[in-house]
Amino acid sequence: MKNFIYILLLLPLSIFSQEKIYGVIAETLDNKEVPLSGANVYWLNTSIGTVTDFDGNFEIPYKSEYRKLVVSFIGYKTDTLTVNGPKKIKHVLQSTANLDEVTLRSRQKASARSFIQSANVLNVSSAELLKAACCNLAESFGTNPSIDVNFADAISGTRQIKMLGLTSPYILITTENVPSIRGASQAYGLSFIPGTWVESIQITKGAGSVVNGYESIAGQINAELQKPSTDDKLFVNAYGSGDGRLELNTHLNTKVSDKWSTGLYLHGNMRESELDKNDDSFLDMPIMQQINMMNRWQYTDQEKGYVGFFNFRYLNDEKLTGQSFFDPKKDRGTTTAWGSEIKTQRFDASVKLGVVNTDIPWQTGGLQLAYSHHNQESYFGLNDYNIEHNSLYANLIYNSIIGDSRHKIKMGLSGTYDGYEELVLTENYNRSEKSAGAFFEYNFDNLGDLNFNAGIRADVHNTLGTFLTPRFHLRYTPWEKSAFRISAGRGKRSANIFTENQQYFASSRVFHIMGNGGKNYGLNPEIAWNYGLSYLQGFNLFNRKADITFDFYRTDFVNQIVVDIENPMEVNFYNLEGDSYSNNFQAEFNYSVFEHFDLRLAYKFYDVQTTYLSGKKQNPLTPSHRFFANASYETFLSKSGGNWRFDATFNYVGEQRFASTESYLSTIGLSEFSPSVSTLNAQITKVFSPNFELYVGGENITNVKQNNPIIGSDNPFGSSFDTTYVYGPIFGSSYYAGLRYRLN
Amino acid sequence: MKKVFLILSVLFIGATGYAQNKNAKATIEVDGVCGMCKERIEKASIQAKGVKSAVWNVQTHELDLIYNESRTDLTKIQQSIANSGHDTQDIKADDLVYNEIDPCCKYRDPQVVEDHLDDDH
Repeated sequence: MKNFIYILLLLPLSIFSQEKIYGVIAETLDNKEVPLSGANVYWLNTSIGTVTDFDGNFEIPYKSEYRKLVVSFIGYKTDTLTVNGPKKIKHVLQSTANLDEVTLRSRQKASARSFIQSANVLNVSSAELLKAACCNLAESFGTNPSIDVNFADAISGTRQIKMLGLTSPYILITTENVPSIRGASQAYGLSFIPGTWVESIQITKGAGSVVNGYESIAGQINAELQKPSTDDKLFVNAYGSGDGRLELNTHLNTKVSDKWSTGLYLHGNMRESELDKNDDSFLDMPIMQQINMMNRWQYTDQEKGYVGFFNFRYLNDEKLTGQSFFDPKKDRGTTTAWGSEIKTQRFDASVKLGVVNTDIPWQTGGLQLAYSHHNQESYFGLNDYNIEHNSLYANLIYNSIIGDSRHKIKMGLSGTYDGYEELVLTENYNRSEKSAGAFFEYNFDNLGDLNFNAGIRADVHNTLGTFLTPRFHLRYTPWEKSAFRISAGRGKRSANIFTENQQYFASSRVFHIMGNGGKNYGLNPEIAWNYGLSYLQGFNLFNRKADITFDFYRTDFVNQIVVDIENPMEVNFYNLEGDSYSNNFQAEFNYSVFEHFDLRLAYKFYDVQTTYLSGKKQNPLTPSHRFFANASYETFLSKSGGNWRFDATFNYVGEQRFASTESYLSTIGLSEFSPSVSTLNAQITKVFSPNFELYVGGENITNVKQNNPIIGSDNPFGSSFDTTYVYGPIFGSSYYAGLRYRLN
Repeated sequence: MKKVFLILSVLFIGATGYAQNKNAKATIEVDGVCGMCKERIEKASIQAKGVKSAVWNVQTHELDLIYNESRTDLTKIQQSIANSGHDTQDIKADDLVYNEIDPCCKYRDPQVVEDHLDDDH
């Protein structure tokens, strides 16, 4: 596997440079091509251009860095040509009388809240993802206050995300609108999508649309991946960090024919170094290797209105952690040393087909089919945990209008199958889940101040029963640049209690299921209602653009599988009896202080409580107050297309409650509440040209650390060993550097 | 004989009914100058009965329409747009109505047009 990663480094690159390009621009008149004089021809983002002469001819200087040539003339559709080499160019401009749709471009903010959609959606573009070392999807939310990121435990190095105070199983995570991180991949799935593969992320707070299913409770995160027809022809990203992590990403995209494009995306990462900076005999970060390969095929037939995507992906990920002297071959299964290995293999295949009726463009249809096979074999000390998950997903969608384009409808059918085979310590849990459903959604947009979405779906599921899922979103704009939003919706899901809580295997706790004979591990399905109110206002502050948002969301569980860790010796799973809710208030302020300098500030308040057997308490490790600040600055582009970019993010996390009684906590050196934690991340990027950039950065620059995060590290096979009392960074400051190279 | 005539006339009407395109496409020029104009023009077009889709381009001033020929025609649509204050290729807006629209939208004023040239809507 290592050798494969080294081979990726040996990709041949060559650059030719010549001096001038000649070409001719024409137009079609009466089905004949006629030269067009006076047309503008210039290189995108430069001041280098010319005008065609009476015969439509032109000549323009050429350099290999220039790859987009713009051809424009009033009354004709402006075209941007991709120029790969200094060959003669011939292009025919189309008169705008033939167009059905026109694209408007403007400088888009890296993260933009929608003023228009009825759902509370934040779009994170690739420009935002480049501001931090977003090695994989789990790390792509660092500059965004809507998602909270923290470490799940002190040894596996996995990051856990939360939205509205609720953990990721309550968030529907989709890849190109197909549910992807769920079931067996819930725990580490975000680290299986490399950051460079992500084109943009859409974060929806509150109940999402009925189109994607019934499982979302807190919100939805959708990751759009790079497409072969729009991604760079060659992209290479190399990364290395002070904590020993090395990554290499390579994208190769090419047009195969008029309608087909393909892309090959390769990712490899590894950490070989063993670091134990806090001297507790446990590795601070796991030794790991991952190879991740994806092949995408894209089919576009604009005339007939067909679009198709075909994806294939293979992943192999191995992690080894635990005590630094642990040798898997000798010590596994013994009490000589404590170690853990997590080996995952995954295969995904998916097809997305879309068809647009070119005569009646609001009539579109789509089909999504996805298959995944996930196999995890792991152990945590003497606790074995294996899970194999096969999943099939099918969704058929039809879009149209009723009367006119103010009334849009979506309807469709979907079906899912999930087969699970689990080995938990010594017991087998096998089950299969099947569902079939139909949905209908109506959208009203009065092209002015009101836009609302009402959807319902009905599903028949072998363990969840037959049920309805209603979802409602409304956006009202009473005055300029404002948006009032309301949302309400219900979600239902079957919890995978072991895979979602597998960090507790790395402890001495004993697992108990206090079941009632229900169909999910002897327990009932989880059902919750989510209600939200949001107010967004854009305004000008000292003549510069700013916006402020106030969000309030409440998630109310009708049933929940309570994960009770109040007793330090046990993990108890039981059906909720009483209240369990999450109230979240967020205030966010975005301001463009001066040209190219953007500031983002956010304050979040959480009131997340669950009724445990021992009473109603604040959820453990969920702070009441969080504060976030991000500043980003970029310099103006130089002639060669280069500039500097600076980014800094500050996070304050207030005190968090530790589960367990105060008397027990004092025996392990902790108090009832953790201290508050402040961290600072920063990154500097030097862009040399549109083809090449270098970046350096630091995470946790102020070196804030939780001392002795592992309880009982001196006696890991004893009765009070626990790696889950984590409230802050376990690793101190870490610096990294990387480069990005593109060829088009 | 009367029955035959009745059947024939019903068929005839039915046939002319089908000859009208329910999804007729047309592109007409409508004058305007910014994003607010776009909203106003598209809303006025859609409010004309029988119009299914209306998309106006700020830069080319072209309005792409899809409408039901048996329920409306280009004259009625252009009248609806003119009533909202925007000049169309065949029907001009009444001066009184034009004067009511927002000052920044006054597309007949060359100064306003120039001010909008470097908009990033």
